[in-house]
Amino acid sequence: MATKSPIDDPRIDPRTGEYAVIAPGHTFRSVTQKIAGLVLTSNTPLGWFGGLTVAGGIATLLVVAMTWLFLKGVGIWGVTIPGAWGFAIINFVWWIGIGHAGTLISAILLLFKQTWRNSINRFAEAMTIFAVVCAGTFPLIHLGRPWLGYWLFPYPNTMNIWPQFRSPLAWDVFAVSTYAAISVVFWYIGMVPDFGTLRDRAVMPFAKYSYGMLSMGWRGSTRHWVRYESAALLLAGLATPLVLSVHTVISFDFAVAAMAGWHTTIFPPYFVAGAIYSGFAMVLTLAIPIRKFYHLEDLITLRHLDNMAKVMLATGCIVGYGYMMEVFMAWYSASHWEFFMMWNRMFGPMGWAYWTLILTNLAIPLTTLWSRKLRVNVVYLFVLSLIVNTGMWLERFVIVVTSLYREYLPSSWGTYRATKWDYMTFVGTWGLFTFLFLLFVRFLPIIPISEIRMMLPQSKIRPGGADAETVVEETL
Amino acid sequence: MTPREGIYGLLAEFNTPAELVRATEKAHQAGFRRMECYTPYPVEEAAVALRFHKTSVPLVCLLGGIMGMLTAFLMETWITVWSYPMNIAGRPLFSWPAFIIPAYEWTILFAGLSAAFGMLALNGLPQLYHPLFNAPNFRDGASTDKFFLCLEATDPRFSILDTRAFLEQFAPVSVVEVEL
Repeated sequence: MATKSPIDDPRIDPRTGEYAVIAPGHTFRSVTQKIAGLVLTSNTPLGWFGGLTVAGGIATLLVVAMTWLFLKGVGIWGVTIPGAWGFAIINFVWWIGIGHAGTLISAILLLFKQTWRNSINRFAEAMTIFAVVCAGTFPLIHLGRPWLGYWLFPYPNTMNIWPQFRSPLAWDVFAVSTYAAISVVFWYIGMVPDFGTLRDRAVMPFAKYSYGMLSMGWRGSTRHWVRYESAALLLAGLATPLVLSVHTVISFDFAVAAMAGWHTTIFPPYFVAGAIYSGFAMVLTLAIPIRKFYHLEDLITLRHLDNMAKVMLATGCIVGYGYMMEVFMAWYSASHWEFFMMWNRMFGPMGWAYWTLILTNLAIPLTTLWSRKLRVNVVYLFVLSLIVNTGMWLERFVIVVTSLYREYLPSSWGTYRATKWDYMTFVGTWGLFTFLFLLFVRFLPIIPISEIRMMLPQSKIRPGGADAETVVEETL
Repeated sequence: MTPREGIYGLLAEFNTPAELVRATEKAHQAGFRRMECYTPYPVEEAAVALRFHKTSVPLVCLLGGIMGMLTAFLMETWITVWSYPMNIAGRPLFSWPAFIIPAYEWTILFAGLSAAFGMLALNGLPQLYHPLFNAPNFRDGASTDKFFLCLEATDPRFSILDTRAFLEQFAPVSVVEVEL
């Protein structure tokens, strides 16, 4: 029986025998000019100013809501007893989860030698950092006295008090602060060679000076590259267990509590899968407009979108398994409380949230993403990414609220209703995120230039190549 | 021969990585040691030709990680057992399983920061000035699409005329004297 030879596959580059991820015809100089040009151009597109104004306007809502919060206290939010956790923790978990895809793309796919990631890892990492900024805001402003936030860290003080290390909330401080620090370092180190390129191509003295300082004098020395690659690989190897641990620790905030619907061992893997699911959705939400507005279709190709949609399909299936297991365990545990919690989650007064979640997170994506046609349909993927992000937000809403508002004692049942300040804070963080992201696409290289150079076929010296024959003969 | 005053070295420019690696390999065979390649992206074969394989970045990273783990775990133990003992739900004071999580995070934190800053320190960065930036073709090339080999004047085999002739046999785009 004849099998289809991979040579016939039009997506394979005949020169390298690998799947081509960059459109053909590019040279080192052309990709450098294309990406550096986005940053160094002197005419900023008007749309960028428009976007920055809108995003800044929305971010102002956050400033207003936080100012009022600091003046009045957390009473302006909808959190009460029994619903003591509300939007703040929902949004915190949602934003952190979105950040996780950035680390996954930059670290895990690097370890698996998935070179297609090179086009998207820089802005996925930027997305991580800005998402962590938005996420970190929520626990801080939920403290009641946020100006004492540094009490969370173990530091010698005249009060002689220390954090309580048996509490998952203290673990959270360590996990999220480590995550933020490592993400920033990884991102910055990754940009150093590109800052060197920008320094050398900049015309304006201020740009030359700024990128020169940021590049720290990078000159592309081979010995530097060897140490650099070693450090990048180590950081990737460290970021991989880190990203898995961060959402695990966040799930401990719930799983360690003796609350029906929270106290389950499936939470850590199920939270991590959900985080990656929503994170890839957010990468698509950002990548699709960026490649359109900046004409990067050659560098962020349909293959990238297809691959990301496949990752979403896989993690979506894990999330679906998590939902099924929650329902199964609610029955199989024979716990009255678990059973009631699940019944209440599905058919109680907030059942609409559960069924919308099933529709947006499972029914729509997991039925359609199997089709390659839809996976490379840009408009469909964009809409789907928004749907999945909504679904993942609802998942956190369902987990936080439905377990709390009808807990063990029926006499203390209540409900949860978010106030306009909750909504303003949440919407404000979208503005903050978009604002930071727009600054990033204007002033920093959104695609790693040196890594794109490595993906071009002419970057490799390989035996058999016309230019390499002499080298191989003489050196080996 | 003593190096001429005011010369950092001779910089040969190539269009392809293969030519660069061939020249580097030949220079090494000819006995040059104080030399360096400059490329717009990491070229593994150039590092092989320079016989530069081992870096201490992983060791720095490992030491950082061990330090982070010990710091966090010992700090938690000291705080919880001696400095500020508290009875939390009747658990023993030395409830080490709970301490693992912050210790794990700090292992990664210290290891990651050690890898990043260790790499910069071993590379001697930040170093905003370098003689090579004086070469007219270096800055547009090494960070875009050219491949450079620099034979440095401090090498005992270096001689301004012979070394130039040596480099020119590899048909480089240009050979430039780099001012110190």
